[in-house]
Amino acid sequence: MSKASGNKSGLRGPMLRFWQALLLLVVFAVWQALVVTNVLPKFFFGEPIKVLTRAVTWFTTGTIWPHLATTLLETVLAFVIGATSALVIGLWLALNPTASALTEPYIKAMNSMPRVILAPIFAVWFGLGIWSKVALGITLVFFVVFFNVYQGIREVSPVVLANTRMLGASRSQLLRTVYLPSATSWVLSSLHTAVGMAFVGAVVGEYLGSSKGVGYLILQAEGVFDVNTVFAGILVLTIFALLLDGLVGLVEKRLLVWRPAPAGSEAH
Amino acid sequence: MIAPAVALRDVTCRFHTTRALKEGIPAYVAVDQTSLKIANGEFVSVIGPTGCGKSTLLNVTAGLLKPSEGSVEIFGDILRGLNAKAGYMFQADSLLPWRTALENVTLGLEYRRVPAPEATAHAMEWLDRVGLGGFGDRYPHQLSGGMRKRVSLAQMLILDPKILLMDEPFSALDVQTRVLMENELLELWSADRKSVLFITHDLEEAIALSDRVIALSAGPGTHPIGEWAIDLPRPRDIAEIRLAPRFVELHRLIWETMKEEVLKGYVQSQRK
Ligand SMILES: Nc1ncnc2c1ncn2[C@@H]1O[C@H](COP(=O)(O)OP(=O)(O)O)[C@@H](O)[C@H]1O
Ligand SMILES: [Mg+2]
Repeated sequence: MSKASGNKSGLRGPMLRFWQALLLLVVFAVWQALVVTNVLPKFFFGEPIKVLTRAVTWFTTGTIWPHLATTLLETVLAFVIGATSALVIGLWLALNPTASALTEPYIKAMNSMPRVILAPIFAVWFGLGIWSKVALGITLVFFVVFFNVYQGIREVSPVVLANTRMLGASRSQLLRTVYLPSATSWVLSSLHTAVGMAFVGAVVGEYLGSSKGVGYLILQAEGVFDVNTVFAGILVLTIFALLLDGLVGLVEKRLLVWRPAPAGSEAH
Repeated sequence: MIAPAVALRDVTCRFHTTRALKEGIPAYVAVDQTSLKIANGEFVSVIGPTGCGKSTLLNVTAGLLKPSEGSVEIFGDILRGLNAKAGYMFQADSLLPWRTALENVTLGLEYRRVPAPEATAHAMEWLDRVGLGGFGDRYPHQLSGGMRKRVSLAQMLILDPKILLMDEPFSALDVQTRVLMENELLELWSADRKSVLFITHDLEEAIALSDRVIALSAGPGTHPIGEWAIDLPRPRDIAEIRLAPRFVELHRLIWETMKEEVLKGYVQSQRK
């Protein structure tokens, strides 16, 4: 039999998927076995079967939906507000050398600050509702997008700029047809990171104090030493993070058709 | 008498690098006391070794760069700011990568607030004219180098500039594509005789296209060292004209003068 070509491992398509699923199953099986035989204490490590049952019941009874909805809402709000403000402020600063020179050290300082530490302050400012989580998410998203906008402006080729000027672009036309699209393309390429950050902001915010959301479920379960529920929460978060990432991938593909496919990947 | 389309008078361009300023090194003189004229409807090529200051001269004519000394006159008026009568075709890729070929061609009309349907119809005509009729919805990265140059050409010509400034526009193309593009350029040019300032480092290209060829010395302190009227009949076919005895004669004549400068330029580039 000839080896499948084009893939170094020799595994492809459905076969690869099958082995990947099997790998996951084996890990769960080993975990289950270790716990059942008391090699690992159940109290700390939980039981995979119970974790899965827990997660499944959440969905069959529907109790998880309000929590997931809250977490997703916080994620979306943090992303939209964070990215938009970063785009506007980034464009403005990148095109104003004086303002940018003035604020540079402070932006650097704020970026290096571990921003998760702001969560308690936001809780005090905005209460335990969704806005303290959104605020945390914004601080995380903002800088990712901000620096990409900055890069996007700086990356505009001087030849392209000179060309559009010779074609008669006014300052505002230059902004609309050159700077903004260039910055946006950089923002789009940082979409995965930015959305991930918004998600982290929401969950961490919830975990540090809330009354709703998947982070809250984990917090509560931990309070009563229910390790299985903690793991179930982590499982649900992971699955939704993956779904979110896939969605972002689709959006990115739609909006960046004009980009050459990175070397090695197939042309569409 | 009608004023010349372009007149550079004693143009000098100096570049101050930040390092040079700090260490008190005198500024680099890229172009020194250069004067040149292009009559209305004339096709003039400027030729010189790489790095001698050809692009600098073109940028001055376009109004993208202010000369350190001297002045630029466009149809008799002193140039202030950008040269609105000129279209510029750059050496490097200058299309907006996030716009399709068609959208790139409409760009200039968009800036002039021409209604979109009208601009699109006009741009389609121009894409046809440069032989890209079916490629309007392609993005620049989906086009070959030659096709991108055609889009740039259409993008510039759709605005009907009186003066064309072209900076080694075909230097990155393979020989066959290049001959095709040169023929097309001549055909488009002969339709309404714009004034052309064409930069190249290829002597054959310069002779084949132009009414007049100006040779520049090697840098620093570039200035014209010779000027030749090209009295070859038009219309010309780029591939065939190279074989004409008069072409060969002109080529030898100009090359005699340029040889030394090319050598100087080469030595300088080795030293850098
Ligand atoms: N913005 C600039 N700053 C400093 N030096 C420059 C700048 N632009 C061009 N030069 C220098 O001026 C010389 C002429 O450049 P250029 O006009 O691009 O040459 P050419 O187009 O003939 O190859 C080169 O030595 C180049 O290094
Ligand atoms: Mg050049």
